[in-house]
Amino acid sequence: MSLFQADEPLLQVHNVTRYYGDRVGCADVSFDLWPGEVLAIVGESGSGKTTLLNCLSTRLAPTAGAIEYRMRDGSMRNLYQLSEAERRLLMRTDWGFVHQNAADGLRMNVSAGANVGERLMAVGDRHYGNIRSTADAWLGRVEIDSDRIDDDPRSFSGGMRQRLQIARNLVTRPRLVFMDEPTGGLDVSVQARLLDLLRRLVADLGLSVVIVTHDLAVARLLSHRIMVMRHGNVIEAGLTDQVLDDPREPYSQLLVSSILQV
Amino acid sequence: MNDTAEIYDQGEYNFAYLDEQTKRMIRRAILKGIAIPGYQVPFASREMPMPYGWGTGGVQVTASILGRDDCLKMIDQGSDDTTNAVSLRGFFEKTAGIRTTYETSEATVIQTRHRIPEKTLTEDQILVFQVPIPEPLRFLEPRETETRKMHALEDYGLMHVKLYEDIAKNGHIATTYAYPVKVNDRYVMDPSPTPKFDNPKIDEMAALQLYGAGREKRIYAIPPYTRVKSLDFEDYPFEVQKFDKPCGLCGAEDVYLDEVILDDRGGRMFVCSDSDFCEERRAAGHAGPMAADPAALQIGGNTQGETA
Repeated sequence: MSLFQADEPLLQVHNVTRYYGDRVGCADVSFDLWPGEVLAIVGESGSGKTTLLNCLSTRLAPTAGAIEYRMRDGSMRNLYQLSEAERRLLMRTDWGFVHQNAADGLRMNVSAGANVGERLMAVGDRHYGNIRSTADAWLGRVEIDSDRIDDDPRSFSGGMRQRLQIARNLVTRPRLVFMDEPTGGLDVSVQARLLDLLRRLVADLGLSVVIVTHDLAVARLLSHRIMVMRHGNVIEAGLTDQVLDDPREPYSQLLVSSILQV
Repeated sequence: MNDTAEIYDQGEYNFAYLDEQTKRMIRRAILKGIAIPGYQVPFASREMPMPYGWGTGGVQVTASILGRDDCLKMIDQGSDDTTNAVSLRGFFEKTAGIRTTYETSEATVIQTRHRIPEKTLTEDQILVFQVPIPEPLRFLEPRETETRKMHALEDYGLMHVKLYEDIAKNGHIATTYAYPVKVNDRYVMDPSPTPKFDNPKIDEMAALQLYGAGREKRIYAIPPYTRVKSLDFEDYPFEVQKFDKPCGLCGAEDVYLDEVILDDRGGRMFVCSDSDFCEERRAAGHAGPMAADPAALQIGGNTQGETA
């Protein structure tokens, strides 16, 4: 595929399974994610999308299976065999995680500038002027006015918080970003603007993204590939347009046909 | 020796209040703390016959290291004769029967709340701090499990977020006490609520420093001659407070001053926070601009106020 230059996958997922006691969270999921690729995981509530995302982002250890990631030096490492220190470094440099509820991903009691600058300080940046100008530049990229840099995220609207969260994640130029319903809880016009912004940033930075959503429109706009989950299993996967235009599984057909038409 | 001190000689009262097993436990925590400078060692803090916040941590540390030949000095906010200092000095006079003093140079063990004496400490002295909240990351990260992990992984970016906020909101680093330091290039530590004026004294200090937090059940230590760096930014370096006037009583400069309100018409003066240092200077003939003021005399009191 000409869209992706690299000939090696960034993330390889092998038979990831997660049980909650006897119940299945997600079962036997395998896929490869390529550099610059956006993968959407769709399905209804309780289908295991978020469990899978948490397993991928090392927030929840899978019961079985392996997840390998290509580090910046080119070596392929099993995420759950990394040391805690390596994993943390990965999470705050090479990765991003955008939560559905921005308050989970932000520090609500420090200013917007400090929120964006936190990762820089965590990797050893010790020059206030540089941190601040970088933070300012990133606020600009996510369309937040410069004069809000010293305001708490508490005083921000839902859409602004979400954009701030994105800036905070992208400031260290990660290669892989996980998103959990990034547009959930926003009204439609704000959603549209956020999607527009996300699409531009993803293209500009060449990000790989795993995005979990129940909103097929979000998947259609952002993703190249799509996986449909049901009861913890991946029931259908393929190019987004192909799956959404011509769903093969009855459940996928149901999902597509349930989209409200105005 | 006084009456109560004789009681433990008869075997009815253990020396320095704590039983020997408790002292052993605390000494082990202290030794571990010294071995890992700046690391907060958990210990089984005992209930002490005084409320939390009065220095129960410092008292336990002091009780564990006191010997019969020690001479104890007790400081509260730099002063030897405020409530906290008087009560705790009385406690050890009663339970250990040891010598106590106001003089910094005479003491072998100094327990302090908030201040480090102005006079340079020596290798045969031990400085014990009373610590209310030992965790420097606490107000940024409320989870204990998480802060422990952050210490273990040396994940200290968050500390600078606080300093960043200070500069963003105030134009300079406005933290004036409990100013975070990095000990021996490894652990970030809260030097208890001492004013940041005293932070440079912690660095490469000749005396052993022990920090005890009774309510939070933590002990940490800085061995003599350990590098202690106050955190800062390259373009906003660490600075201590400066006072534009000398001490009103003894005329000392470059010392930490307390503001004393003299009347209800705006009268005020600045005097040394370290009362022993001030008295010694006045005894040596130094006089500040307000030394002759009757109000100053009233506040400075009798310079021969020493008891033992």
